[in-house]
Amino acid sequence: MQPIIRQKTLGLELPDLRNLGTILRIVLAVNAMTAVAAVVREPQAELWTAQWLDMTAVVEPHLIVELAILYAISPWLARQTALLAAMVIAAITVIVGVGLHALIGPQYRDVPLAAMRHILLALCVYGALLFYFSLRAKALSPAIAESRLQALQARIRPHFLFNSINAVLSLVRSDPKRAETALLDMADLFRVLMRDNRELVPLADEIELCRQYLDLEKLRLTDRLQVEWHLNNMPGDALVPPLVLQPLLENAVYHGIEPLSTPGVVSINIFCKGGDVHAILRNPYRAEGGSHHAGNKMALGNIRERLKLHFDAEARLESRVRDAAYEVHIRMPYHRAPSKAAREAGLGPDATERPVRARVETNVGTGADRDLDGPALREARSGVSRG
Amino acid sequence: MADAPLRVLIVDDEAPARRRLRDLLADCAGALSLACVGEAANGREALELLHAVSADLVLSDIEMPEMGGLEFARHVLKLPQPPVVIFTTAHDKHAVQAFEVNAVDFLLKPIRVQRLLAALERVPRLKPLSATRLDALAPTARRFLSVTERSRVVLVPVEEIIYLKAELKYITIRTAEREFLLEESLTKLEEEFGHRLVRVHRNCLVARDAIRGFERRVGDEGDAHWEVLLKGITETLPVSRRQQSIVREIGRENQRGGETAAK
Repeated sequence: MQPIIRQKTLGLELPDLRNLGTILRIVLAVNAMTAVAAVVREPQAELWTAQWLDMTAVVEPHLIVELAILYAISPWLARQTALLAAMVIAAITVIVGVGLHALIGPQYRDVPLAAMRHILLALCVYGALLFYFSLRAKALSPAIAESRLQALQARIRPHFLFNSINAVLSLVRSDPKRAETALLDMADLFRVLMRDNRELVPLADEIELCRQYLDLEKLRLTDRLQVEWHLNNMPGDALVPPLVLQPLLENAVYHGIEPLSTPGVVSINIFCKGGDVHAILRNPYRAEGGSHHAGNKMALGNIRERLKLHFDAEARLESRVRDAAYEVHIRMPYHRAPSKAAREAGLGPDATERPVRARVETNVGTGADRDLDGPALREARSGVSRG
Repeated sequence: MADAPLRVLIVDDEAPARRRLRDLLADCAGALSLACVGEAANGREALELLHAVSADLVLSDIEMPEMGGLEFARHVLKLPQPPVVIFTTAHDKHAVQAFEVNAVDFLLKPIRVQRLLAALERVPRLKPLSATRLDALAPTARRFLSVTERSRVVLVPVEEIIYLKAELKYITIRTAEREFLLEESLTKLEEEFGHRLVRVHRNCLVARDAIRGFERRVGDEGDAHWEVLLKGITETLPVSRRQQSIVREIGRENQRGGETAAK
C-alpha cells in the first residue's frame, strides 16, 4: 500500500507503457515537438521541413529503441514506486541518447543534432510527457471515473428487481428450496452491483455473475429464455472491468426475449484471439418497438466509456444487427490476473467473492436446482458447449 | 351478486406471476366468494379465452408479448358483456403515473393480499374503462384492430390492413382475404397509424406497404385523376385532387426502395 500513497503525494502517475493509446500519444507528441524545435532553429518556411527531416533521423531511432525497452521492462516498472520508475526512464533516455550518438557520430560528418543538445531536448520532452500523463491519469481516475461508475452501479432495472421478487414470492409456498436459492442468487448479484466496482476483476468472476443473473431471469421467464454458452476458449484469468457483460445480458433479455412469446436464444461466445479477449453476445432482434432503444444505447455508451477508462484505445465495443439477431462485440486486451494477487484477494477485503464460487459448486450437485436451469445452462455448467 | 361468485381471469406472460396471483386469490376465497376461471399468457390469448368462458374481472399485466394489457383492455370492450380490467405491474413509472392521473385501478407487483382483497371487493361497483380513457393511457399504436362479429371479437393485425375506407356509419377494413366493418373515427385512426397508413382521399387511408403504383385515369367527362394500384387485390382506389402530392412522394419513395433492394 505504501507506494500508492507516495505516488499520490508526488502526483506522478506512469501510464501503461504497453497500451496502444499510450504509445500512439508518445509517438505523436515527440514528432510534434521535434517539428516545433525545427521551426525554432529554422524559421524560414522553405527550409524548416528539411531541418525537421534531418532531426527525425536522430529522433526516430531514439524513440523506437526507447519505446521497445520500455515495452520490455513495463511490468517491472509497474512494480516500482512512481518516482523510481520515472528516474529509471530518465536514465534510459540519457543512455539511449548517448549510445545513439556514439553509434552514428563516426558515420556523419555533420550530425544534425548535437549530442548534448539532443539529450537535453529529449529530457525536456520526457518531462512534458510525464507531466501530461500524470495530469491525464488524475483527470480520468478519481472524480470523473468514480461518478460515472457510481451512476452505472445504480442502473439495474427496477423492472427486473420487482419482477424477480414477485417470481420468488410465487415459489415460497410450492418450492421453498428453489425460492431460497433464488434469494441467495439475488443477494450475490446485488452485493456485486453495490460494491466498489473500480478495480478490474477476473473474467471468470464476471461470467459467474452473469450465470446467477440469467438463472434469476430463467426463473421468471422459464423456457422462453434459452441460453447458449460458448466458453471453451475463454481465458478465465483475463482482467476485465466489473459488470462489463451483465448489463449487456440484461439488455439482451429485456429487448430480445421479453417481447417474444416463443422461446428465444441469448448466446454468449467468449474466446481469446491474437492476444485479445473477444466477447460476442447475441439475442433475437425485433425491428418494431423503438421505445426501449434509448436505454440500450445508454448502457452501451456507459460500457464503452468504462472500457476506454481502463484500456484506452486497445478495447473496442461494436454493436450491429445481423440475420435477425442483435450482436454486441467487445474486444479487450488480454491482461492476466496475477495468481498471487488472486490468492490475496481471497483472504483480503474481497473475501465476499469466495462464498459465491462455493455456492455455485454445490448448486450443480443438488437435484432441485437442475429443474431450475434449461438444458443449455446445465450443459454449460458441465463444460459442454452447443454448436 | 352476493350469491354468484366473482369470476376472475389472470393474464400475465410470466408463469410464476400467474401462480402467485392464483395463490393470492385462493387466500381471498375465504373472505369473498370467487372463482378463477382461467389464465392466459398475453392479451390475445385472453381474448380468445373470453369467448369460451365469461369473467367479471380480468387481472392483467401490462407489458406482454403479442398484445399488452392496455391494448387488451380496449379490445375487451367489444365483448357483449365486457369484464372489468385491473392492471398489475411491477414497475412502469409512466404507466403508473398515467393510472393515477386517470384514476385507473391497478395493483403493484409484488401484490399484497389485503390490496387484492380491497380491489376485488370494489369490482361489482366498477364499470369497464372507456375507450377514450384507455387511449389516454396507451401512448403506442395498437397492433390489432378489433371488430365484433356474431358477438365474437375478431382481431385484424394492423400489418394485414390494405386500406381503411369510411362509408356512412362504418369504416371498411380491407385485407387481402376479406372486409371487416369497424366503428371508429378515420381521423383518429390516421393519428394512431400515421406511420403506416397514408390518406389518399377524404374517406380513405391506404397502407404505404400495400401500394403497388399509381395509374392516370381519364373519366367520362374528360377529367383525369390518379388511381392507387394495390398489392394482393385487383381493386383500385381514387386519389383525390387534394392528396395528389402523395403520388409523387410515394412514387419517389418506392423508387428509392427499389434501388436499395437492387443493391
